[in-house]
Amino acid sequence: MRAAILAAEHLDLLIQALRDSGYLVIGPVRDELAIVYDEIRSVRDLSQGWLDEQEKGHYRLLPSGDGRYFGHTVAANAWKKFLNPPKRLLWRARQHNGQLQFMPQSEDAPQLAFLGVRSCELHAIEIQDAVFVHDQHRDEVYSQRRQSLFTVAVNCTRAAATCFCASMNTGPEVTLPSDLVLTEVLDDASHYFLVDGGSERGRNILATLPLRAATSKQQALAKKGIESARQQMQTGPRFFDSAGIKELLYRNLESPAWDEVADRCLSCANCTLACPTCFCSAVEDTTDLTGEHAERWQQWDSCFNGEFSYIHGGSVRQTTRSRYRQWMTHKLASWIDQFGHSGCVGCGRCISWCPVGIDITEQLQAIQQADKP
Amino acid sequence: MNTPRLFTVTDRRDEITATVTLELQPLDDQPLPVARPGQFNMLYSFGAGEVPISLSGSINASDSVRSADRYTHTLRAVGKTTEALARLQVGDQLGVRGPFGRGWPMDQLAGKKVVVIAGGLGLAPLKPLLEALLADITHYGHVQLFYGGKRPEELLYPESLIHWSEKIEVQLSVDQAGPDWRGHVGVITQLLASAEMDPDNTLAVICGPEIMMRFTIQALQKQGLPDTALYLSMERNMHCAVGHCGHCQWGPHFICKDGPVFCYADIAPWFFQREL
Repeated sequence: MRAAILAAEHLDLLIQALRDSGYLVIGPVRDELAIVYDEIRSVRDLSQGWLDEQEKGHYRLLPSGDGRYFGHTVAANAWKKFLNPPKRLLWRARQHNGQLQFMPQSEDAPQLAFLGVRSCELHAIEIQDAVFVHDQHRDEVYSQRRQSLFTVAVNCTRAAATCFCASMNTGPEVTLPSDLVLTEVLDDASHYFLVDGGSERGRNILATLPLRAATSKQQALAKKGIESARQQMQTGPRFFDSAGIKELLYRNLESPAWDEVADRCLSCANCTLACPTCFCSAVEDTTDLTGEHAERWQQWDSCFNGEFSYIHGGSVRQTTRSRYRQWMTHKLASWIDQFGHSGCVGCGRCISWCPVGIDITEQLQAIQQADKP
Repeated sequence: MNTPRLFTVTDRRDEITATVTLELQPLDDQPLPVARPGQFNMLYSFGAGEVPISLSGSINASDSVRSADRYTHTLRAVGKTTEALARLQVGDQLGVRGPFGRGWPMDQLAGKKVVVIAGGLGLAPLKPLLEALLADITHYGHVQLFYGGKRPEELLYPESLIHWSEKIEVQLSVDQAGPDWRGHVGVITQLLASAEMDPDNTLAVICGPEIMMRFTIQALQKQGLPDTALYLSMERNMHCAVGHCGHCQWGPHFICKDGPVFCYADIAPWFFQREL
């Protein structure tokens, strides 16, 4: 299908078409002082007219002064919480008169549509798919939600200062499969989306919308927006060559750079919670006061928690230095050995949401510096 | 993550201090999956939690191999969950998930001389391997067992050790002993240093505390064994056992699904790294 134009005033028709098809639509909304992904019922719920200013340990919303819906970059929270719930009940058990019984929990997976998924975020979802869907063992809750997921991706036409997808080769232009892909253009008086259908069900949704054929000028303007985002990253301080990172980190497990970052890191786990690919979880077994009912809960965990590496006798990773090294080395290096690709998509969330402003791209450059003979 | 399968304790045996062996049978009439020596199960004690425990051979020294419709686990009470499991009596019920992980390289042992090296409770995951070797001893060139512990009364499976010593070379070592101890006193690596080995035709399998395995690896390397001939079993905090929870990550490896048994050649860059 040729690229088409959806007028900005018709964006709500897309949302309603998804809702009419039975999807729970999730998109960027303004929640107090940040943009987050949450349920949207109409175009009025979207965080239109707001920009995010992101830096090390810094996140502020500013009025954009225009009517763009997607002028901001990635939201504060990642999409992962909708596919892999932060806390869930796995099973219940009952013991009565010495008889034990297990009751597995299952769910009717909600049919989700994500509106406003950025290229780096499509990569992040694909990275979690490798863990929960395509590995030896499947996570059924994740797999079912993932299978019915409808994605409306949005090409980035602006980069936050923390964005480095251009370094990780994960953006800003959407290249992974998505049911629909939008590029927002605001040109003098005209405000529209260039729309591409990437799947049968995506094209079925498009068939219900009032579209016009895109002119070559409109296509060129959309392309220009994406190139401008790429330029912003390529000329910024967080642009680096990501080739050879695995080998660099593997040969620098004792770099003095780890000591320096350990002095600042609070081991608070914010980076792992904000990260769209971090997948670790813990289970907790609980009982009620009668002692007859027990439950197993699974919830997100972090390699920055002291008890994360606990085995009888104590934690393997006692120091903050070893935990930060584990997180960053896993993310950028050992992930490649495990799953064939990096675990970092360059979204920059770990930079913005670190309370002491630790910047993974700076840490990488510090290790590169110390690596030089 | 799978719901546990309901099992009952069919036999129980007190071993050394705070250590028991439990024999477990499922309460449904479905067959057990094939369990290979070196693999582990997740054992759940009602309300107390779930822990990974290796499979550990037959409960009676006179049985040559594990019964195909039971699991046997030796475990030591070191925390809340293992204390609850150690208190289980015959007839009590529990949950079991598994078996998980990659076990000992049984296929590669055939035709080789096999050196088995265990420290403390590390003999438990090696017991099903020893039983499999002994049941079919003509297939293996020569089997030696080196087993070390703190004191003579802290050595696991004393009856089995006597039984095995009739068929294979068994050398025992303890850190401290009274006057009636006839074995070696010191560390296991001293026995390895003076042992006769055929480095070109030997595979070594090792299980014990990490510090003991580090010195053992160095002793075997001095004997001329290549890294590809050394296998060991690793332990970390496993919650899910299927590579999803991330707790057992160790360098590029998930110990639950890539291990717990590793060939040393595959983990050499990581094995001596602290706090990895």
